[in-house]
Amino acid sequence: MTEGTTTYREAMREAIREAMRRDERVFLMGEDVGAYGGCFAVSLGLLEEFGPERVRDTPLSEAAFVGAGIGAALGGMRPIVEIMTVNFSLLALDQILNNAATLLHMSGGQLNVPLVIRMTTGAGRQLAAQHSHSLEGWYAHIPGLRILAPATVEDARGMLWPALQDPDPVLIFEHGSLYNMSGVARPGPVDITGAALRRSGTDISLIGYGGTMGKALSAADALAGEGIEADVIDLRVLRPLDDATIMESVGRTHRVVIVDEGWRSGSLSAEIGARIVEQAFYQLDAPVARVCTAEVPIPYARHLEEAAIPQVSAIVAATREVLAS
Amino acid sequence: MTPQQARELIEHALAQVAPDADLATLPPDADLRDILELDSLDFLSFVEALSDASGYRIEEDDYPAFSTVAGGAGFLAAHTGTS
Amino acid sequence: MTGAGPSEFRMPSLGADMESGTVAEWLVQPGDSIRKGDIIAVIDTDKALIEVESFHTGVVDSLLVSAGERVPVGTPLALVTTAPAPARPSTRERPPAPAGKEHPRPAPGAPEPAPAPPSPPVTSPIVRHLAEQRGLDLASVHGTGPAGRVIRADVERAQARAKASPLARKLARELGVDLARITGTGRTGAIRADDVRAAAVRQGKPREAAVRASARPAAPAAAERPAQERRGEAMRQAIAQAMARSKREIPHYYLATTVDMSAALAWLRQRNRDLPVPQRLLPAALLLKATALAAKEVPRLNGFWIDDAFVPGDAVHLGVAISLKGGGLITPALHAAAGRELGDLMAGLKDLVARSRAGRLRATEMTEATITVTNLGDLGVELVHGIVHPPQVALVGFGKILDRPWAVDGLLGVRPLVTVTLAADHRATDGFTGARFLAVVERLLNHPEEL
Repeated sequence: MTEGTTTYREAMREAIREAMRRDERVFLMGEDVGAYGGCFAVSLGLLEEFGPERVRDTPLSEAAFVGAGIGAALGGMRPIVEIMTVNFSLLALDQILNNAATLLHMSGGQLNVPLVIRMTTGAGRQLAAQHSHSLEGWYAHIPGLRILAPATVEDARGMLWPALQDPDPVLIFEHGSLYNMSGVARPGPVDITGAALRRSGTDISLIGYGGTMGKALSAADALAGEGIEADVIDLRVLRPLDDATIMESVGRTHRVVIVDEGWRSGSLSAEIGARIVEQAFYQLDAPVARVCTAEVPIPYARHLEEAAIPQVSAIVAATREVLAS
Repeated sequence: MTPQQARELIEHALAQVAPDADLATLPPDADLRDILELDSLDFLSFVEALSDASGYRIEEDDYPAFSTVAGGAGFLAAHTGTS
Repeated sequence: MTGAGPSEFRMPSLGADMESGTVAEWLVQPGDSIRKGDIIAVIDTDKALIEVESFHTGVVDSLLVSAGERVPVGTPLALVTTAPAPARPSTRERPPAPAGKEHPRPAPGAPEPAPAPPSPPVTSPIVRHLAEQRGLDLASVHGTGPAGRVIRADVERAQARAKASPLARKLARELGVDLARITGTGRTGAIRADDVRAAAVRQGKPREAAVRASARPAAPAAAERPAQERRGEAMRQAIAQAMARSKREIPHYYLATTVDMSAALAWLRQRNRDLPVPQRLLPAALLLKATALAAKEVPRLNGFWIDDAFVPGDAVHLGVAISLKGGGLITPALHAAAGRELGDLMAGLKDLVARSRAGRLRATEMTEATITVTNLGDLGVELVHGIVHPPQVALVGFGKILDRPWAVDGLLGVRPLVTVTLAADHRATDGFTGARFLAVVERLLNHPEEL
């Protein structure tokens, strides 16, 4: 299973399985992760393999079970807490911000919180406005957290183990549209400190992450047909941002389109745009452009949902505009 | 031409260089450059139009006579034959 | 990247202070065939009605903005289906790259590209059209196009702040390229890095200059008010901006000299006696010509002060201060004045005044003056202390020609005298240069046959 083609969901499951095999301190908890196999079927079969002590169904109280995870981490365990969607994580925001992200500072460096929280994010599956938002940009605002956004099967497979080795809290955002994506997952950990160049070009830097990566790559394919060669950057790590990779790319292409499924105002794309202006202003040959989600609650109706979130055509159009401006 | 014909020619020429002016109320002895705010180019255009219309070539030395409508009409009447 | 589809004809920028314009009149209709350089629309810039030419040869596909509509600079106004232009590279051309990737490869069997032609430089139809239209001597225009070719940008160069990307600005500084001499290929005319690289390659040698940044907020458009009133107010604002900037930034010095005009006027009278009335010359023509020749002889006063450096004008384009009947002032350019016959200059002046007052100036006339002349003599004024029109560095003023007592060869006589003044930017020149300039003006007016 580690060598051939697999899905993002299976890669994530395999990563959890491997971690639980390698380290007996690792356990998984969350809503319906046990008997039901996880709302997105990531943990299917793990209860049977590892038993209810290590694959724990929790009550429907995000604050309670995230808090329990923090306590377990403080107590020496290596918990993996699954939150069903990022929308529900807001119920645990107090635990995440005021405890997990803060205790190292409050304790004068005495208390690390080696906790991993996984959650689903993003739209595109007709799950309506309470299950579809992309709020990872909010978490990327918080010092003390490492925010990961695996966009490939390989990263889904390889990010969990190094995240568990991090002595401080790590949040992993899994875009719901990716679970069925197939790919090759080489065994072994991957880097969780930097961005990756998914495609190399000279005319434009397309910057995205997670659920927008596939769209950015499709846009790059379409643009290549017009003779426009795009650099495609997969951020992978939303906090701390890998400024060096971004600026290196901007230094070569001099033009940028940032793709972000979050809302535009106060978004991660805004932060990236500001950093480019701060650090690479004199490399810019055109205004920085952004393709973000319309500033509405994500609609349920398919056509409206599609219209609300970044699409390949919008990325292509934004790129053409930047090249012409 | 008669002074009246000359006056009409002058008014016609003035209308070309100062289209907004109310020529009916223009005193015959008023200084045209002052009252119509004509600059030297306007005045040249006026002379040009008038020379063309009257068939009489107005020299630069004649310009002083054309500083008023009355003076110009008198000059033209005196220098062109009566028909 | 640039396919064969329709080209957009956009609202042009017709001066530093222009943020938007109104299509006053369309001179073409969809389906009309047009040639590059044809005047296809009249644009109301608030300051004047300006005739604008097409950049394309082709067929008018559609008009996107109707007459009377006010739109920002850069807004597409019409679509023109262009005829394929042979042997013209794409507008996104890049300078030759060291790694041959971007060199155009000649098709197999195609003839070798012709070597750069020696003088006279080749010019495009639109440039010839522009030159012809205003009696511009192309030989006197500094060409920045391929092989020194005079391109439209050379003719229509705006002295305004260039809209350029940060990278373009940085490159321009590093390569010594003057942004004011580049036409941007960006959608709204923005200068991009490739434009600067191309210009640097064309230019061949580094130059010392870059263009200042002095963005100012757009004045709120008041579309409802009558155009006349709006234009008057907008013009007042534009004059206010330019003059305030001049007094704020330019350390002026002033020189004056009194010139005996008897030789000039006698010569003029004699000459006018032999000319048909329509070709009669005014003293103003002599004063303009003398100024133009003096500016040519003292070139430090003919040009621009841009970002702490003097940029010489490519020829003497005299900005002529023309007062409008309804109030306001406009200073359109008499192009290449030093090389023009007096009669030609006189005709040019008459044409310029007439079109200024009719509000029918052309784009190049609004933006290209290299030195300004103001003549308030008609109003009885004896002496003009002018304010330099930035980024120019000098303004020449003429007062009324008055009969005055004057000492000649130890005797007192009555002579027609004119007071010539020079207001100049002390950053660009010193009083010595200014004095030399006035001395040349005086010498020329004393020898009108040289004019």
